[in-house]
Amino acid sequence: MIEAKSGLNSEERRVLLRDMVRVRRFEDRCFELYTTGDIRGFLHLYVGEEAVAAGVIPMLRPEDAVVSTYREHGHALVRGVPMDAVMAEMFGRRTGCSGGRGGSMHLFDGERRFYGGNAIVGGGLPVAVGLALADAMRGRRQVTACFFGDGAFAEGVFHECANLATLWRLPVLFACENNLYAMGTALARSHSNTDLALRASSYGMPAWPVDGMDVFAVRDAAARAVEVVRAGGGPCFLELRTYRYRAHSMYDPDLYRDKGEIKRWKERDPIEALADRMRATGDLAAGDLEALEREVDQEVDRAVAVAGSAPLEPVENLTRFVHSERRSTPDPEQRPVPESVRPSESGQPSESGQRRAPESEPAQS
Amino acid sequence: MGLVKLTYREAMRAAIRDALRRDDRVFLMGEDVGRYGGCFAVSLGLLEEFGPERIRDAPLSEGAFVGAGIGAAMNGMRPIVEIMTVNFSLLALDQIVNNAATLLHMSGGQFNVPVVIRMTTGAGRQLAAQHSHSLEGWYAHIPGLRILTPATVEDARGMLWTALCDPDPVLVFEHGSLYNAAAQIDENAGPVDIDRALVRRPGRDVTVATYGGMLPRCLEAAEDLARDGVDAEVIDLRTLRPLDDAMILDSVRHTHRLVVVDEGWRSGSVSAEISTRVVEQAFYDLDAPIERVCTAEVPLPYARHLEEAALPGPVAIAAAARRTVGDGR
Ligand SMILES: Cc1ncc(C[n+]2csc(CCOP(=O)(O)OP(=O)(O)O)c2C)c(N)n1
Repeated sequence: MIEAKSGLNSEERRVLLRDMVRVRRFEDRCFELYTTGDIRGFLHLYVGEEAVAAGVIPMLRPEDAVVSTYREHGHALVRGVPMDAVMAEMFGRRTGCSGGRGGSMHLFDGERRFYGGNAIVGGGLPVAVGLALADAMRGRRQVTACFFGDGAFAEGVFHECANLATLWRLPVLFACENNLYAMGTALARSHSNTDLALRASSYGMPAWPVDGMDVFAVRDAAARAVEVVRAGGGPCFLELRTYRYRAHSMYDPDLYRDKGEIKRWKERDPIEALADRMRATGDLAAGDLEALEREVDQEVDRAVAVAGSAPLEPVENLTRFVHSERRSTPDPEQRPVPESVRPSESGQPSESGQRRAPESEPAQS
Repeated sequence: MGLVKLTYREAMRAAIRDALRRDDRVFLMGEDVGRYGGCFAVSLGLLEEFGPERIRDAPLSEGAFVGAGIGAAMNGMRPIVEIMTVNFSLLALDQIVNNAATLLHMSGGQFNVPVVIRMTTGAGRQLAAQHSHSLEGWYAHIPGLRILTPATVEDARGMLWTALCDPDPVLVFEHGSLYNAAAQIDENAGPVDIDRALVRRPGRDVTVATYGGMLPRCLEAAEDLARDGVDAEVIDLRTLRPLDDAMILDSVRHTHRLVVVDEGWRSGSVSAEISTRVVEQAFYDLDAPIERVCTAEVPLPYARHLEEAALPGPVAIAAAARRTVGDGR
């Protein structure tokens, strides 16, 4: 694994700590709200894995894209989706970031290029490849970061996507969150070779494992990977070795792993570890962490209060968004000009360059 | 013979356990069926009893393990493949539709595919669009497959056995909201018929045809109707392919009215098929237009009030039945 170097200043460290604390406190509250019935459906918590989101996502630019899974609260919050909108979505309210239709597993935010929130394991991978393809075809130097688990890695769709992205040199950052379990199935019970980075590298993309409990290590690795991807070198793969403390979902009695294992991982808690290092360098004084937590708790309290009193989507709107409400009408000006009457290249007006290419044209230039 | 109280989940587990004991060619395969105990706890405890060879945890790879089940079935085994939910079965659609359903025919009758594929279906638990759909009607479109929708504890206990005796692929759709339903059944409950629909509540005024998770809602609606003096006959289709339309026709000839309740979307649904068959074969027996109560044509939303509004409920079912009865009863 790559050693963490990280020449961060104290303000940057505080941001990392804050991002992780926000995710954890938010999710701890979601856990409680689930037991009171305010949040329903499937709820998958990210507790323990915060360093991954906090390390990777800030290395992206606002114009980059993020594709996530059903365990996405952390990704959404670090990406900047407002906590109020995330909490309101959990409550199924109209003001939620998906208008109450998605819930915990389907958070979306177009403005922040946050593309969900997919509950089909592996379902986001081809979407990410397509987002990156569009960027590449338009000559935009944008990166698409795609989060997925070790479980998704076992699916054919991952291998199809890894092949395609490498073949076409697409700007995808494959961020594999290897938390050692796919629901109740341990890595070694579902993978013939558990070295995921090695396997990913066989497609011809740079791939390496990262200590996912060390936010500096994640950040450094992500910075390097994003640089490679943005420079047009094709996709990169990070195997972020991490651990989820809580059960797979709120329905999971968590009978498949032993408590000692969870305890051992908790000893490497990413928030504690960063706080310790900041204390050692004098970046965090006694009581600072607690103060930060109190501040975050207030933000969470507010989000819960706002969500609790937010309006429901009126039932009359049930079938909204099945199709778009507006459709553009065909523009007769845009009709393809028959071959025989097409003016010569040089004689074409300049707008004609913007005409959409025929559908049958190959996607790859 | 005594009666025992079982939940639908326990009945299903008992059926799998029986099958494993009865026939050493039977094994259970799927994601998290072993160590985890099954996504819906159907297979809890079976790993300890039968070991990892026969209770096989598969990686996340629906196409691969469903296809492997098909291959194993062609090669002498009797696999029971579990797919967590019908939404995920779409990743295995190619295997189910292009292989399981066609191999017997394409091989001129040489290769049977005696696989049983079980999966959860349906909404009602606020799991949003990718975990709540009812696509059994799609599968019912495919020749070569048999589609079972056990709605009662007895059928949960008995259908698997019959299905495993079928030389062809059988898909079993278990509604997620039924797993906790409990009933008294015979402690020696055996295999049940998988060819025929059943009358769950006899009545004379209107036929309500349904299946799976909608059955309890229809029975509830029937009780409500009875208070108004409308006597509804509730039919449980049980098998969506081949469809027992003779049974529906009999009932319609006797009540002269039909309401079809289907958790699938109305367009191109099982309800459309049933309505058409009745119109084709018993048009002149009808005293009122056929009514259909289906899920609103929308991906299932998360928010409870929207989800409930999208699904066929007892109130809408009863209202549809009342419309068919009108004043002319
Ligand atoms: C295609 C598909 N199959 C099965 C499931 C059920 N399921 C949800 S999460 C999960 C485990 C995924 O594990 P992994 O990819 O490692 O992600 P993690 O939950 O560990 O973050 C499974 C089997 C699903 N949602 N989609």
